[in-house]
Amino acid sequence: MPKQQANWSPYDNNGGTCVAIAGADYCVIAADTRMSTGYSILTRDYSKIIQLADKSVMASSGFQADVRALQKVLAARHLLYQHQHNKQMSCPAMAQLLSNTLYFKRFFPYYSFNVLGGLDSEGKGCVFTYDAVGSYERVGYSAQGSGATLITPFLDNQLKSPSPLLLPAKDAVTPLSEIEAIDLVKTCFASATERDIYTGDKVEMLVLNASGIRREFMELRKD
Amino acid sequence: MSRFEESAPARGGFSYDLCKRNEMLMQKGLKPSSYLKTGTTIVGLVFQDGVILGADTRATEGPIVADKNCEKIHYMAPNIYCCGAGTAADTEAVTDMVSSQLKLHRFHTGRESRVVTALTLLKSHLFSYQGHVSAALVLGGVDVTGPHLHTIYPHGSTDTLPFATMGSGSLAAMAIFESKYREGLTRDEGVKLVAEAICSGIFNDLGSGSNVDVCVITKGKREYLRNYMLPNPRTYVSEKGYSFSKKTEVLLTKITPLRELVEVIEGGDAMEE
Repeated sequence: MPKQQANWSPYDNNGGTCVAIAGADYCVIAADTRMSTGYSILTRDYSKIIQLADKSVMASSGFQADVRALQKVLAARHLLYQHQHNKQMSCPAMAQLLSNTLYFKRFFPYYSFNVLGGLDSEGKGCVFTYDAVGSYERVGYSAQGSGATLITPFLDNQLKSPSPLLLPAKDAVTPLSEIEAIDLVKTCFASATERDIYTGDKVEMLVLNASGIRREFMELRKD
Repeated sequence: MSRFEESAPARGGFSYDLCKRNEMLMQKGLKPSSYLKTGTTIVGLVFQDGVILGADTRATEGPIVADKNCEKIHYMAPNIYCCGAGTAADTEAVTDMVSSQLKLHRFHTGRESRVVTALTLLKSHLFSYQGHVSAALVLGGVDVTGPHLHTIYPHGSTDTLPFATMGSGSLAAMAIFESKYREGLTRDEGVKLVAEAICSGIFNDLGSGSNVDVCVITKGKREYLRNYMLPNPRTYVSEKGYSFSKKTEVLLTKITPLRELVEVIEGGDAMEE
């Protein structure tokens, strides 16, 4: 009997784009608020961003049911950590936890494309970028999701990261100010919305710095 | 040599020689390549003085917008226009072809073209290609027999309707028509309803977007209202702007001198047999 093909898929793609940029003393994490399936819009007002710890924020695009499940697992694990260690998890620690959680389901993955942003223990901005099964890397900026291919080349041009092969090791964080970075993020989303049908409606931006977290919204094209 | 001549289509049109081999490959697990479609909302309605056609202006290649402001309302005759959904190349080619045929027919008969003529030419062409020409059309116009509106499906079937929608956004647009259409609309009411239906497609269907094109056809007159509505301006333009520094890094400079051209003149005349 020839191998049977599945006539049902457990996954769906709800679209959307996420971006994060690390600065010297801040971190910007942004995601659009459109949730879609096929050619239809499910809602224009869905948050893909979650604050996991006081200095760690995760944005995820992909299959939102898996994203939700992943968020719950991470939140529960963070709570346990707080009970056991009497402190909040640092951003690099959360990064490792996310990687392990994703790899745990290596053979039935979370269809979730994540980008984790926050401040490290020195107060510098950090961004970690992931694939669906947990491979991760600390970078100066990252984009994931349906508009990532449109945004990444622009960020590469504007935020040229120094080569990691250079010595002495240069910081990947951008020298731009917080205001300039936010302007850059707004431009990225406005441009991606023009050409990607799955990105649009609104963009939610979270800015983490020494004084705390700030949330901003900007309207995008709704077509 | 003879094998080459056999596989090329003799008179144009489709060659089905590779169908068996494609079937075999698909059974072995090869995924067929996809076409470029427009993902569209197109509509038409009949009002008291004639016909109004409407269309969005987004052309997509999968999830990417290829053209933010393309034209989907095609000219067929001075009194007949046609909206096209489906594969962009197919809608362009088939409407251009029938438009030319209609012009020749006008010269031949000395009369204004009729909508049913365009209809018959389109449907027989599409039927003969058995649905492989993926063009879904909304044809509308006013001729001596009155206003007409038809839909034509890729396989060649047609419907004659007072209001019609096609494309990926057709359900969103039809929801508006079914709620608000009535017979004997005035021009302004008709244009408003068509724009509303297209906007419904633009905002609720991801395959449609950008602007609204409208075409009003009445006896003896047509108004092509290109970009009648622009409900989607760019939401953010950075004041300071962005520059793209064209920095080129010189990695290596190497100068290779060209060899001197040496003219060889053999004694005697050149080029003699």
